[in-house]
Amino acid sequence: MTKPALSFPIYLDYSATTPVDPRVAQKMIPYLTEHYGNPASRSHALGWKAEEAVEEARENVAALVRCDARELVWTSGATESINLALKGAAEFYKSKGKHLVTVKTEHKATLDTMRELERRGFEVTYLDVGADGLLDLNQLEGALRKDTILASVMFVNNEIGVIQDIAAIGEMCRQKGILFHVDSAQATGKCDIDLQSLKVDLMSFSAHKTYGPKGVGALFVRRKPRVRLEAQMHGGGHERGFRSGTLATHQIAGMGEAFRLAKLEMAAECHRIRVLRDNLLAGIRQMEEVFVNGDLVRRVPHNLNVSFNFVEGESLIMAVKDIAVSSGSACTSASLEPSYVLRALGRSDELAHSSIRFTLGRFTTQEEIDYTADHLRAKVAKLRDLSPLWEMHKDGIDLSTVQWAAH
Amino acid sequence: MAYSEKVIDHYENPRNVGSFDKGDESVGTGMVGAPACGDVMKLQIKVGKDGIIEDARFKTYGCGSAIASSSLVTEWVKGKKLDEAAGIKNTQIAAELSLPPVKIHCSILAEDAIKAAVEDYKKKHQ
Repeated sequence: MTKPALSFPIYLDYSATTPVDPRVAQKMIPYLTEHYGNPASRSHALGWKAEEAVEEARENVAALVRCDARELVWTSGATESINLALKGAAEFYKSKGKHLVTVKTEHKATLDTMRELERRGFEVTYLDVGADGLLDLNQLEGALRKDTILASVMFVNNEIGVIQDIAAIGEMCRQKGILFHVDSAQATGKCDIDLQSLKVDLMSFSAHKTYGPKGVGALFVRRKPRVRLEAQMHGGGHERGFRSGTLATHQIAGMGEAFRLAKLEMAAECHRIRVLRDNLLAGIRQMEEVFVNGDLVRRVPHNLNVSFNFVEGESLIMAVKDIAVSSGSACTSASLEPSYVLRALGRSDELAHSSIRFTLGRFTTQEEIDYTADHLRAKVAKLRDLSPLWEMHKDGIDLSTVQWAAH
Repeated sequence: MAYSEKVIDHYENPRNVGSFDKGDESVGTGMVGAPACGDVMKLQIKVGKDGIIEDARFKTYGCGSAIASSSLVTEWVKGKKLDEAAGIKNTQIAAELSLPPVKIHCSILAEDAIKAAVEDYKKKHQ
């Protein structure tokens, strides 16, 4: 039997989004054409059928993260969940205090929402991380004040894949009576999430990072001890008033199916992907001057973020056009600012400019990884032949001592 | 981001890549940019006794547009007198490569690299 031919581009950008699993797509279709009722319609069978699908999906999401289904609120995605959690809690509890805490390497959905809350009169502390990308718990403890009402920390970082110690942070916050929100968009199907034991009050989820459709997510709102939120979307009082708006039955059915499959297949899938990731890393490490960004142990197996020294990230991405990856460097923007996440790790501008994020997933194969490693080695060698910095490095010049003509 | 065909051509088949001996009397070297900004260009010219640029080499650390800009100017400076070469404007480079606004700085850097190489050669022959 011959191996199936590779199809290009090879997709290694699963943290940007995942393809919808065909089993998920199948689950969704009948709710578009056949069972099209409004889940809020109580007066006929079409409505009941749709409601049944929504509640089945809610049970499946709850089962993956071990919470009560009644603790989940459907949203349009993780960004909306984060907005509802942070703005909703801050507004509800503002009489208790006006201080919020988060981390500099959070996703923009959190950082931008925090900026908005600052504009509304809240005070926000943005914590640094270590060179490994992890939050230091002593530093967190030092930042918590009497008037702190909420802390928000992501479970898995989207750029470097590192896993924060959510259990320990939860204990600390609970002890001090501070609400704890966790952005788990990148964690579902990759990490064990046990909301029975984690002292987490609010948790945001997305479907499309876990083989579900774009445009749907959920927010976990703990019942015991009860967490209250000020609604951000008003209307028909859906989702117990937390989030009005007709539920998108097909999207929700898709998210439920995606999370059900994640629960079933997570262990085997993580093992398989770890082997692929380690093979990719071994292939990359045959080159000199490559650096992994972020801790390699406390990290999901799906992520590899690497800086190729003396090669500029955007030109490398252009060179490896057979592979769909993303650059840590936001070099295409006019500001030419390298990734704020890598800068927060204390990486030099050069290394931050030279980074590529590879994220593997359910449909990644060993053949694709082999091709990627070969392709990278060839292209990095070509670009280093073009690089005056590589030439200087090979001549034994320490680049940090060079006086650059800045522009 | 979409690159123009000319940028892709220069990027995939860069002209005149390499280095001349910096110490050679007939060579002028210009190095501009900074790694922290994401681009560094090294442009070298080899000048004949008649003051005409006979040959040029470059090495560039930077995005595709930076590589294309420097590759292009190595072609343009050949056969030019020093002052003619130093007169090449970034706008000509940007127009030839159809650079988008966010990549204009690449053409400015290439213009600066030519000027620096010419300057270096002139210093050697003062």
